[in-house]
Amino acid sequence: MAKHADGYELKDGISVVVNSECPTCQLTSDLLVELGTNGHVEIFSQDDPSFPTSAEWVHDDSELSFSWHNDVEAVPTLIRVVNGKEVERLAGWNRKEWERLLEMENLAPDLIDHKPGCGSLSVSPDRVDELEIKFGGRTFISRQVAIASLEDEMEAMHDRGWSDGLPVVPPTEARVNRMLAGTSRNSDDIVAIIPPNLAECSVEKVAINAVMAGCLPEYLPVVIACLEAICTDEFNMHGVLATTMGVGPIFIVSGPITERLGMNSGINVLGHGNRANSTIGRAVQLVLKNVGGGAPGGIDRATLGHMGKQGFCFAEAPSPWENLAEGFGFSSEQNTVTAFTGEGPRILVDQKSRNPESLARSLADGLRSTISTRMVLGMDAMLVISPEHLSRFTDAGWSRSQFIEKMTELLMVDTDEIIEGAGGIEDGIPSAFGGNQLPKFRPGGLLVVHAGGPAGLFSAIIGGWLNGAKGSDPVTKEITL
Amino acid sequence: MNQTLSVLDPTSEDRSPEIQLSERIKGIEGSTIGLLDISKPRGDVFLNQLEKRLTEHGATVLRFMKPTFTKPAPVDLRYEISSKCDAVIEALAD
Repeated sequence: MAKHADGYELKDGISVVVNSECPTCQLTSDLLVELGTNGHVEIFSQDDPSFPTSAEWVHDDSELSFSWHNDVEAVPTLIRVVNGKEVERLAGWNRKEWERLLEMENLAPDLIDHKPGCGSLSVSPDRVDELEIKFGGRTFISRQVAIASLEDEMEAMHDRGWSDGLPVVPPTEARVNRMLAGTSRNSDDIVAIIPPNLAECSVEKVAINAVMAGCLPEYLPVVIACLEAICTDEFNMHGVLATTMGVGPIFIVSGPITERLGMNSGINVLGHGNRANSTIGRAVQLVLKNVGGGAPGGIDRATLGHMGKQGFCFAEAPSPWENLAEGFGFSSEQNTVTAFTGEGPRILVDQKSRNPESLARSLADGLRSTISTRMVLGMDAMLVISPEHLSRFTDAGWSRSQFIEKMTELLMVDTDEIIEGAGGIEDGIPSAFGGNQLPKFRPGGLLVVHAGGPAGLFSAIIGGWLNGAKGSDPVTKEITL
Repeated sequence: MNQTLSVLDPTSEDRSPEIQLSERIKGIEGSTIGLLDISKPRGDVFLNQLEKRLTEHGATVLRFMKPTFTKPAPVDLRYEISSKCDAVIEALAD
């Protein structure tokens, strides 16, 4: 009778881990029976406690406890233990090696000399997560929600109000466990206090929502950095969520991590089709809704909203100019997320400007109408400048600061044109401000990001929301792995 | 065999404590009523009118203002209103 391998401690002598379906284990089964019968080895059988035979020295490891705790990667594996300590292990069949380890001669002379083993069930992809949770001591704070066998899990999650309108990936313990491997942070660490309900959000809750959004584990540190950026007084996520204006948080990832995660900073950068771009921002929105309680139509009062509120995240392309994060005091080698409150992107077309002065005027023309031509200073804007447009400036030797300086000059607004009643339009700044020149944007209020496909004379404007202490300021956070 | 799927709850799992509503005022006359301007343009136009009508009906009116409409009212302001007024009207105007 095989006994159950409850204990996983290594005992002095030689232990052999086998699996009845492994051809190498089958090949050596007669030898293993001989060795076991003569008291030379103890056997731990992963799938069949009667393989290679039913005996006192064959232990049932169908729970894979022995295999998992002793990091068995292949079968057969021989582990030699002296004074409670492992001194050597062998994987697969190799007569000379086995003879040396067992200190015996002429082992199974009829067998071929050597044959590699098979993968251990304890490292099989469909078992490893379950075993890590069972034996690895991973505990979850979140409650388990059982979905009945007759329920469709996609519908069940939607009915519970957990989705953003699109299907979500079921956050099983195995998937969440895998997601948590993406960060070095403890699962019960608090990442942020999420508005509007001011709910404490643990790394675990972020991981659950990241699974649902479709993230890979390596995206998790970026999702965490995004939440750290928006849940600050400066960013004022509560206001961004509650405002009737159709804006949402937009995330720009800068630094070497963008390439490692396969993020898109090129063709269709502000569109769909890239997993990291599409799911990182979505995970943040799911946290805001599920953990923070900020549901559209509830605290989210946007009159119109925009599609980017499904999740709006993209990577900044390498640039001859300093990148966005450098503008906020980080280095180009640091991995960062910058959160900006914005509307949907709007294309600026200029296909004929060949010199930088002309293109600067053209871009300024477009930027003047950001949010409203009547509005100055109160709202920032992000200019996503494409490679071909950028080259008009860099080819002429313009630096980023020269560009900003020129844009500031071109974006001075004659207040007579934007006071209340001017041009027959009631909206406008108070008439007392007439007869002046005011800048369209506050200093630093025009953010420039280089991104987009290599061909095409287009750039894009993303208009902002109220800036400063009364609204939302851009916030950059370093991504901690 | 029927397989049930277990998933982890993605919500905060917080339950709001039940809060007892403060006593409702019996009438406007003799009550102190706070008017909270959320700092949106032209909110004062609406609130001035409310103040006029409430005063005509015998209420004492106190005026308050949030520093910005984009953020929740500061806790000190909320405390001040609750300690000075029998009722409050928070007004939004654009």
